[in-house]
Amino acid sequence: MPKISIEDLRKIKEQQLNKMSVRAGHHRAKITVHMGTCGIAAGAREIMTLFRDIIGEKDIADIILTNSGCAGLCAKEPMITVELEGSAPVKYVLLDKTKAKRIFDEHVMEGKVVEDYALAIGSETMAT
Amino acid sequence: MEDFSLHILDLAENGIGAGASLIKINVTEDTIEDKVIIEIEDNGKGMSPEFLNKALDPFVTTRTTRRVGLGLSLFQQSVQEADGEMFLTSQLGVGTKLVASMKHSHIDRKPIGDLAGTILCLIEGNSDVDFVFRYKVDERAYSLDTREIRAELDLIPLNHPNVVQLIRENLVTGIKETKQTL
Repeated sequence: MPKISIEDLRKIKEQQLNKMSVRAGHHRAKITVHMGTCGIAAGAREIMTLFRDIIGEKDIADIILTNSGCAGLCAKEPMITVELEGSAPVKYVLLDKTKAKRIFDEHVMEGKVVEDYALAIGSETMAT
Repeated sequence: MEDFSLHILDLAENGIGAGASLIKINVTEDTIEDKVIIEIEDNGKGMSPEFLNKALDPFVTTRTTRRVGLGLSLFQQSVQEADGEMFLTSQLGVGTKLVASMKHSHIDRKPIGDLAGTILCLIEGNSDVDFVFRYKVDERAYSLDTREIRAELDLIPLNHPNVVQLIRENLVTGIKETKQTL
């Protein structure tokens, strides 16, 4: 099997170094896929793969895809956290590929939170 | 866990949690000796002998979000189901090494699974950590070392979409070609 060619890597480097976004580490959105033992067993890798495929297909350079560990809500995995620049992060729970695709289209691309799959909405209320 | 690739993803994340900057993953399918060998080595903070003794206890975890840690125990169970053994060694300040060996032809051996998916998830999700991945099937071998890729990229992060796609193509083809002997 050939190694990844240095030529290919140089090509990417030349193309990208001109783009401001890469140089400054600037990103418009960050998607974190929770990858604890619980998340992985519940299908987190599939979700990560789906996002990677969409980002690759659309050739988007300003979205960061990353992963984190267990958030302590194992029964609600797979979970992701979507953070748009300048907005509060939103946690989505009990995901599958269809739900994840919708979140990508509506929240990540258009900025509309998908309330149906969000963990919680609104602030804490006090009993009166 | 449905297959070993998911276990590997989970256990490599342990190393990342322990502050590793380099993780080596070796998967060997030896049909002549009838063995599957999985090795995961990290240069994280390591474990003391006392903690190492308890590491396989599912009620021990370093995590603060919950009080049980099932990753290693689940892996050990999968290995034992295929007539295998698992060894865990660790040294404080040096790192941790996990070696598991099991019977390739055992009817209960879980499939290896999507290794490319696992390695990509690790690289993409932890772009400041380096990975050395080796996959061997009898005489054929494939390897990927992100340190070599990083050296060529300069300021471009390893998880840049174009780089990820390039690594993906390399992984998928490399693993497929290595597997062909089976």
